[in-house]
Amino acid sequence: MGFPHHPHPRETTVLSKYFGDAEARTLDGWKKRGGYKALEKALGMQPAEIVNIVKESGLRGRGGAGFPTGMKWSFMKPGDGKPHYLCCNADESEPGTFKDRELMRWTPHALVEGCAIGAYAIGAETAYIYIRGEFTEPLYWMEKAVKEAYAAGILGKNAMGTGKRVDVHVHKGAGAYICGEETALMNSLEGRRGNPRIKPPFPAVSGVFGMPTTINNVETLIASAPILLNGADWYKQMSLSNPKSTGTKLFSVCGNVQRPGTYEVVLGFPFKEFLYDLCGGPLHGRKFKAVIPGGASVPIQTMEEAEATLMDYEGFVAQGSMLGSGGVIVIDDAQPMVTVIARIARFFAHESCAQCTQCREGTAWTTKIMERIRDGEGTMEDLDTLLDIADQMTGKTICVLSDSCAVPVVSGIKKFRGEFEALIQGRRFHPVTAAVA
Amino acid sequence: MAEQKMVSLTIEDRPVTVPEGTTILEAAKIAGILIPHYCYHPGLPIAGVCRMCLVEVEKAPKLAPSCATTVAEGQVVHIYSDKSLDARKGVLEMLLINHPLDCPICDQSGECELQDYTYQEGREDSRYREPKRFNPAEDFGGDVIYVPNRCILCTRCVRFMDDVAHEPTLNVSERGDRALIGKFEGRDMTHPWAANVIDLCPVGALLSKDFLNKARAWELDRTASICPNCTQGCNVMMETRENQIVRMKPRPNEHVNAFFMCDWGRLNYRWMNEKNRAERPMVRQGATLAPTSWEAAITAAARAVSGKKVFVAASPMLSNESLFLLTELMQGGSGAFRVVEGEEAPLPGVEDLALRRERAANVYGAEKLGFRKTRELLGGLGQGDVLVVAGEDLAGIDSAALARAGDVIVISSVLPEAAAARASVVLPIANFSEEEGTVTNLRGRVQRFTQARQAPGETRPSWLVLGDLLGALGKQSSFFLPSEVFARLASANKAFAGLSYDTIGFKGLPLADAPAGPKTPVAVGAA
Repeated sequence: MGFPHHPHPRETTVLSKYFGDAEARTLDGWKKRGGYKALEKALGMQPAEIVNIVKESGLRGRGGAGFPTGMKWSFMKPGDGKPHYLCCNADESEPGTFKDRELMRWTPHALVEGCAIGAYAIGAETAYIYIRGEFTEPLYWMEKAVKEAYAAGILGKNAMGTGKRVDVHVHKGAGAYICGEETALMNSLEGRRGNPRIKPPFPAVSGVFGMPTTINNVETLIASAPILLNGADWYKQMSLSNPKSTGTKLFSVCGNVQRPGTYEVVLGFPFKEFLYDLCGGPLHGRKFKAVIPGGASVPIQTMEEAEATLMDYEGFVAQGSMLGSGGVIVIDDAQPMVTVIARIARFFAHESCAQCTQCREGTAWTTKIMERIRDGEGTMEDLDTLLDIADQMTGKTICVLSDSCAVPVVSGIKKFRGEFEALIQGRRFHPVTAAVA
Repeated sequence: MAEQKMVSLTIEDRPVTVPEGTTILEAAKIAGILIPHYCYHPGLPIAGVCRMCLVEVEKAPKLAPSCATTVAEGQVVHIYSDKSLDARKGVLEMLLINHPLDCPICDQSGECELQDYTYQEGREDSRYREPKRFNPAEDFGGDVIYVPNRCILCTRCVRFMDDVAHEPTLNVSERGDRALIGKFEGRDMTHPWAANVIDLCPVGALLSKDFLNKARAWELDRTASICPNCTQGCNVMMETRENQIVRMKPRPNEHVNAFFMCDWGRLNYRWMNEKNRAERPMVRQGATLAPTSWEAAITAAARAVSGKKVFVAASPMLSNESLFLLTELMQGGSGAFRVVEGEEAPLPGVEDLALRRERAANVYGAEKLGFRKTRELLGGLGQGDVLVVAGEDLAGIDSAALARAGDVIVISSVLPEAAAARASVVLPIANFSEEEGTVTNLRGRVQRFTQARQAPGETRPSWLVLGDLLGALGKQSSFFLPSEVFARLASANKAFAGLSYDTIGFKGLPLADAPAGPKTPVAVGAA
């Protein structure tokens, strides 16, 4: 964790090693800690070699989808005569996720380095860091770091004296959840309304300004540096379960736990030990009831599922959810699930970009029904209607925001139907008795 | 054009072969199936947002938006499978949950795609039990009113203003279900082509102020015609109710106007409903014009013209047919016309489409047939010539200017004031909307227009009157149909050679010597 506490002994701190270390934020401090060695090494290599190492390491996208990073980079065909772009998705707007915020706050130079490596690897001379509008502190540190890097000749026309050009720009979003979706992010970056674009064409064909573009998460790009320095094998062997999930992953934990914060563990770590040991277990006198393990848009896990989970891409899927962005929201027995889900639905209804019919109308409709049930005005038919709306909202729209709204509703009704029915039948959820019972 | 690769696929068990890059939606049209859609319009960039055109493509993991999915070799598409029907039913239900269902007071009712597809594929009832969203109607400026409650946010209007009119005026404001079409600060819908958004709007959200509450769509009679208001010759539907033209709407023609027409042309139809008409043939009896029979009037006119040199002051609103017959009447004389002019207003998103400077339907045809374009209409009128005023209103011309003329024959739908005192014979004719004929647009395209309303009183079509007059003069000229006049024209004038009403059809054909326009036909399907 690093800040405000020391890392837990069972954490494996690769990316979060310098959290809480104020000196690591400066260029000198960062260089003293081994910074920019990876970039120096990268600029001496062929881009294809870098892509191969990253491919070999098994690094997968840390933003939510878990797409193999090396493969994504290899989609960028060199020598097509077009400018390539790298976009760093630092819009981290998934509710419950705040790992990128910590990375940018404490190790801004790590991201600058990651962006420069990534840009070089995909044949881009320009990288954009798209930072969420609300992230004022990360923005401050990132802008400062980029400025320092330019002043030191690390970025620019002659990056690190190699004669290669690497530019990094920091762009501040205006604060919309949907701008974390890669095509909406590109629209926003171009100065348009942040609406997702229809795919195909995929960003690797036509992305920012219509040019081939790769979009990577903050954590993914930062992870590329230690991989280059220590080799693919070093990274690959960091895997506790499935060999398809390698390396370390930051998990940001919030909700009803003793020690919320950002934890870095090797993929495949047992979720039960993570929750009870690293995070300190439930608050006094309470019991865990449910976990949303990957940000608000993944299915809710019951505790039985969560305790059986190994924390990797496949492990969460095997236990009825997804790794997502690693934003662990812990819910204890004092929380009414209907209220939690209604609040999540409201969030998605508020953030829907209004393009697709099912999303624009469906998220709002879902919210209205959920809030009605929450207020004790629901009917049994509402549950069927909710599931049917959710079905209409799944897999039929341009982006997955509408799916994301449907997911907690469907998993909530499936796994906590009793709470819905109790409210509908007039038995109000009582936190105190619920906690004691 | 480079050779296009063709792709074969199966849509609802029908084999189709279309050029590579065609969308499934367009391919289905070729197969004879209209996939329900809202945001897609062949004249606009693809948005893919309404999700109405979802279809099932075999081997694809998800339903595909057919407007944004291009065909692939061997593809098998199911439009009416359970999965696709269910998805579209879902979209329709979602579109209707916040819709006020006020069809009985909505102008779009009867020509509303939301109605059509709901009857076709929608649910019988709604499961929506919550309060509906409400936003007040807004005047968008120009001819456009916005009723947000009926809006389905297909963004056709936004895309038209951005990508066709090239004047970004509209946007989607707000997010989620609060979203509505908004206007940019300080902009409004006064662009000369802005009213096209009313036609583009598939529902009753964008309405014409001019047409507001005037008629129900099913009360209208629709006639294929040509907009007579400038030389562009936009293809239109003239819509009449109880013999009054109440609206003009563009009719797609990829060679002329794509899907659009300008606001000026669209709203300038009232002159065709003019009440103050010359309704009976008249001959001069002393100081007054006395009504008489057609036979007597034609005989009187023939007597006046016979053996004289004739000067024709024609209107460029007359059809090729009538102008041609007028040239036959000249007997060594000449003809001239003048044109009302205005400012040219192009539609930047469509090649060679503009509200033209010259505001009359048949300027090019009149010139082609030998009429001289002039500002001094009566400049060519010789001393003692018979003056035939054909369709010209003589506005701004002093009656003293007619003094040079011998007899004055008026062949017109409205008796011009300046000629009232001098006319020896008045032959009342139908106006543009009341007869059939052809006009030639500024690119030399001959286009047919048909009769949209009945002519008042005893008025007759101009070609019939002129034919009779020529007959009375002993020329071989007995016509029962305007097509016969056109056939005569085609055989007499090389430029028109080879054309006939049948070959011209309702999309028009260029004259043999038409200037090669820069026009590349835009892709046009059924809108």
